Amino acid sequence: MSDRTDLLLSLADDELVLGWRNSEWTGIAPFLEEDVAFSSIAQNEIGHARALYELAAAELGTTADELAFDRTPEEYRCAPLVELRRLEWARTIARHWLYETADEIRLGELKTSEDPEIAGIAAKMNREEAYHRMHAEMWVDRLLSTDDGRSRLKEAVDELWPYALGVLDDELRPELRRRAEERLERKLAEVDAVPRGVHESELAELLEEMTSVRRSAPPGSQW
Amino acid sequence: MDARTQEFLEYVQSGGQVETGDWMPDEYRARLIKFIEMHGNSELMGVLPERDWILRAPTLQRKLALTAKIQDEVGHAQLIYRVVEDLGKPRSACLDDLVSGKAKFHNVFHYPTKTWGDVGVIAWLVDAAAIVSQKALLKCSYAPYARIMKKICWEESFHILHGRDVILAMVTGTDEQFGLVQEALDRWWEPLMHFHGNPIPAEEDPMFVWRIKSQGNEEARQQFLEGYVSQIRELGLEIPDPALRKDEETGTWLYTEPDWEKLRSVVTGHGPASEERLAFRRLSRQDVDWVERVVLAEAA
Amino acid sequence: MIFEVFRQERKGQPFQHAGSVVAPDEQFAEIYAREQYGRRQESVALWLVARDDVTEIAEFPDEFDLKYRRVDGYSIKTRLREARERAGTVDMAPGASDAS
Repeated sequence: MSDRTDLLLSLADDELVLGWRNSEWTGIAPFLEEDVAFSSIAQNEIGHARALYELAAAELGTTADELAFDRTPEEYRCAPLVELRRLEWARTIARHWLYETADEIRLGELKTSEDPEIAGIAAKMNREEAYHRMHAEMWVDRLLSTDDGRSRLKEAVDELWPYALGVLDDELRPELRRRAEERLERKLAEVDAVPRGVHESELAELLEEMTSVRRSAPPGSQW
Repeated sequence: MDARTQEFLEYVQSGGQVETGDWMPDEYRARLIKFIEMHGNSELMGVLPERDWILRAPTLQRKLALTAKIQDEVGHAQLIYRVVEDLGKPRSACLDDLVSGKAKFHNVFHYPTKTWGDVGVIAWLVDAAAIVSQKALLKCSYAPYARIMKKICWEESFHILHGRDVILAMVTGTDEQFGLVQEALDRWWEPLMHFHGNPIPAEEDPMFVWRIKSQGNEEARQQFLEGYVSQIRELGLEIPDPALRKDEETGTWLYTEPDWEKLRSVVTGHGPASEERLAFRRLSRQDVDWVERVVLAEAA
Repeated sequence: MIFEVFRQERKGQPFQHAGSVVAPDEQFAEIYAREQYGRRQESVALWLVARDDVTEIAEFPDEFDLKYRRVDGYSIKTRLREARERAGTVDMAPGASDAS
């Protein structure tokens, strides 16, 4: 497998698994307006995953669905940050914001890629992610504005911080730290990143559920 | 009935519509709230039978479509509870009454979903039954409710198509998949026949009298049968009612009388999944109630 | 100040944007709008909103053409034909199934 497909699959798996996790809130978000908003974010992420898988699939001679559904857990390249099971709302917002902030840095690099397909898809994704960031930052600021919200967010961010670092390659991590500390107006811990390549046990459980209908039917089935 | 109420009644019965700030009889307001609130509750509870399947959807396309469908339902609940709020009952009070079991929600959302076949049958046929009722609400005498129905019906038409597409994929798939659809249809047919309510004459239905609804229950059911029986049968699926046929002379669909006592029992919280669904709603509400406190709080 | 004017033509109809008026304050705006948009009984109600109070949203990015949530994102013809052939119902009244 080329570095290019490797990159595409890392991005796609991040978006798929985070989109999957975020869609766990559909119907039970803190209030109805937020439910609708958060569902669109989840859908965009799955949409991004699909577009990325399609690029990788063209190279590998397979399909987006096969890449999304039919690999073993070890073959997924997503960062452990996105794998964690449906967290309570403060952790959901913390993950959402940390991921979007990291993603902006990553997409900024990819937009200047010499590969026109990668640069193109990164630019398209970024135009949608702009609204995700707006949403995430609005929530972070809102939580920071009350004592209760601030302490819940602090606990969540501190817990997820090593995972957030793991979304990015080494050289991009300082930028994530800079941006996160600026918004929070406090220092974040010097810790080792939880890197890509190791998986949380939650990923296997997630894939088990995600593929249950698909696996239930013999070849020749169509959905 | 006093003269003013009588005049109001004649006004709505002749097709007149009412806005939020207009005078309205207490009985009309109370009936509106009860009816519209139940609609909102149904949209919200309707999310639960389907949401688990978002996580199990077998392709990216289906996952996206199902997420979008459920998102629409939550959106409908938002639109509908807004109308109820403007009539005087806050959303939080509606949710309190919902989770305590005091307020009702539609019969079909008291049943469990067992297979991916259910996902197709719900999106196609439950939503088809719903759109029959909702289209009739486009003429509701309470204008703010009638107006939001336009968007709701528009979105429901996507749900039906998505559902029909799921069903078509399965009935043209393997024999096992065809079997899943047939089995789901067998389970859902009774709730579907219950859906539009017992056949009381429209004139005796207070919701029709006040022109909150613009058609009677049986009229709605006939419209559903007329629209969908042939669409179901042409796929080779069998509807589990040997008596179901159209009387060509009268143009009326005949069917085995559903058990109306069972319908009453289901909507009063004794359906196979009623308690579980309400418990889940209660729990998920508890988990996030701090969020509303924080969001609504003035910045510290 | 500029006030945007929305008028309702009949009870039950949605309020639609009709134009705007310039007035020194809300009270003036009310008088002016009443005359400009209601003097012939052509409206049953008006809404006045200060233009500065209007928040406009005009961008709805859909970079990946997510048609799955629209009716035009589905084409069921081929599968429907296949399903009818399989069920042996090709001759069944086709009109009923073309509703979508």
